[in-house]
Amino acid sequence: MIRIFKIALRNLMRYKRRTLLTSLLITMGVLCVILFSGLSGSFKGMMIGQITDANLAQIQIHKKGYVSSMDSIPLNLNLNKKGYAKIEDVLKSNPAVQAWAPRIKLGAMLSNYSETTNIRLNAIDPEKEVKVCPAVSDRMAFVEKDTREKLIRPGEVIIPDKLAKGMKIKAGDSVVLVANNKDGSVNGLNFTVAGITETVVGPQGKEGYMHIKDARALLRMEKPEITEVAVRLKNFDTLTPAYKKLKAALAQFKNKKGKPAFEIHTWEKLSPFYNIAKMIDLMSASMKVIMVSIVLISILNVMIMSVYERVREIGAMSAIGTTPGKIMALFLAEGITLGLISIVAGNIIGLAGIFILNIYKIEFAFGRMDNLLLAPSVSFVELFWLSVIVLSVSVFASLQPAWKASKMEPTDALGHV
Amino acid sequence: MALITAEDVSKNYHTGEINTQALSGVSVEIEPAAFVSFVGPSGSGKTTLLNLIGCLDKPTQGKISVDGRSVQDLNRKQAAVFRGSFFGFIFQAFNLFPVLSAYENVEYPLVMVKNETASERSEQVLKVLEAVGMLEQKDKRPDQLSGGQKQRVAVARALVTRPKVVLADEPTANLDHKTAVTVIRLMRAMRDEFDTTFIFSTHDPTIMQEAEIIHTLKDGKLINSEKRLVRATEAQK
Repeated sequence: MIRIFKIALRNLMRYKRRTLLTSLLITMGVLCVILFSGLSGSFKGMMIGQITDANLAQIQIHKKGYVSSMDSIPLNLNLNKKGYAKIEDVLKSNPAVQAWAPRIKLGAMLSNYSETTNIRLNAIDPEKEVKVCPAVSDRMAFVEKDTREKLIRPGEVIIPDKLAKGMKIKAGDSVVLVANNKDGSVNGLNFTVAGITETVVGPQGKEGYMHIKDARALLRMEKPEITEVAVRLKNFDTLTPAYKKLKAALAQFKNKKGKPAFEIHTWEKLSPFYNIAKMIDLMSASMKVIMVSIVLISILNVMIMSVYERVREIGAMSAIGTTPGKIMALFLAEGITLGLISIVAGNIIGLAGIFILNIYKIEFAFGRMDNLLLAPSVSFVELFWLSVIVLSVSVFASLQPAWKASKMEPTDALGHV
Repeated sequence: MALITAEDVSKNYHTGEINTQALSGVSVEIEPAAFVSFVGPSGSGKTTLLNLIGCLDKPTQGKISVDGRSVQDLNRKQAAVFRGSFFGFIFQAFNLFPVLSAYENVEYPLVMVKNETASERSEQVLKVLEAVGMLEQKDKRPDQLSGGQKQRVAVARALVTRPKVVLADEPTANLDHKTAVTVIRLMRAMRDEFDTTFIFSTHDPTIMQEAEIIHTLKDGKLINSEKRLVRATEAQK
């Protein structure tokens, strides 16, 4: 077998320029796929990280029906203490869960004493929230930047940057929040602006923050209620199986009508970025299809040429006693060798490209988020599968010419001019 | 007992609606270790008969027996295996593999057909290369060799598997006269050394005189068979 590959390599080297050009073309295809996968994967990973670690969390659990009407921030779909306790029991019993945090979502009127506007607020338990969204403070600017121990304290509010700019509010200013509770009565409280937060993509990315105790006071909750439970997993890669287990566990709880009491969603259902992520995956798949086409056409072309140029040689091989199977193996080996050379070259140059991109990081902005740095990476599993695809296509492209060579009648081949 | 027997062999070729009879009712017997030549003008059927004997083609009619085995019913793979084990081939255009050195060209049938170990291969290749006087040129590629040297390598390649029969279709046609005579005498010397039957075709009168048995073909028919006594002195020239 080694001898066959040795002969195949020599046959490829017979037409150095053609082999080099074809190999270069396939190498470029592999390189493009590696760089695109690395960059798009990095972009996707960063954006998902931003969304889940800074604001949304990986999984959210609500009272059934909340998500479909979340734009109106309905207070009548909050979870009571008993419901929250049931959810906590489910989360505690699941080993994949790392942390969870209760939240109250509410809409309010924000006044700086001269202007008033609407604001969406996310009322959090800061100690629990940072465990679920560890990057939540990364996009916030505080008055006491370096000395601040807690994300937010009672009596404080953090407001979105665009809203702060529009209303000329700075950190440290006093504001009034006025909100309707679920019975329709209005209440207002004074707050100090502790910080300004940058917005992230999605409807939940434009929310301000307040302490969960303040929200209960503002909404005059007689008994503690929450809107949602944000969940973080120990390993993000286990999102789907963990979600399925949690969903199954929560499904056992029914409301008075006998229907499921809770609903659970991953970030994918809650963020519009999921559609962008799917588009990225589609583009990545398209790149692979283009690469497969390049490999297929290039190798098919080279191998067809190779067979037509060596008809007499094939005749001699056959006459000497080389079986059709071995003739086929010889030409298949040529296609595989060409593919292998290109895979090795493509992988080496691709990894070098990724390395260089990591040295000179690409800075970009997405939506209202600036100064995002792309650090592309590509896994060995991905490189392995990419190589398997190229190799398989190389074999497939060589099959027809190799089969044709093996089927040549020796007398016709020897008499070929 | 004859090594090769052709009985009433005919071969027709069809090109569109045109039917060409290349061989018509040829019967011939070839003894072991013979040095046989098929002669005749172009189109007389020499190459066709060699192809049929060498299992490269199948007769339209008649029977060919090689070493007691009827060969016209072999399928492609069986024919290839049989050719590899029983025949060596020398071609007019040498048909050496351009990417391989002289040594590797000779080694090729052992690798692809015989599956012998590297040490066994090396011993046999060096032996036949030495026998044909090409040991010093063993590392050269075909494009670095003269026509005569290429055909010597081709003779070595044909002999390396120790075949019972070597078939050579116009082996000297691409060589100058002096080299042609040298090559044909080399073939006979190899016959003497390895007891291999050599069957070659030629239309060169000087070359055909080197054969011990001459079968003359004309228009696809065997018109004459002649046994000649080639003097040792003549053979050794």
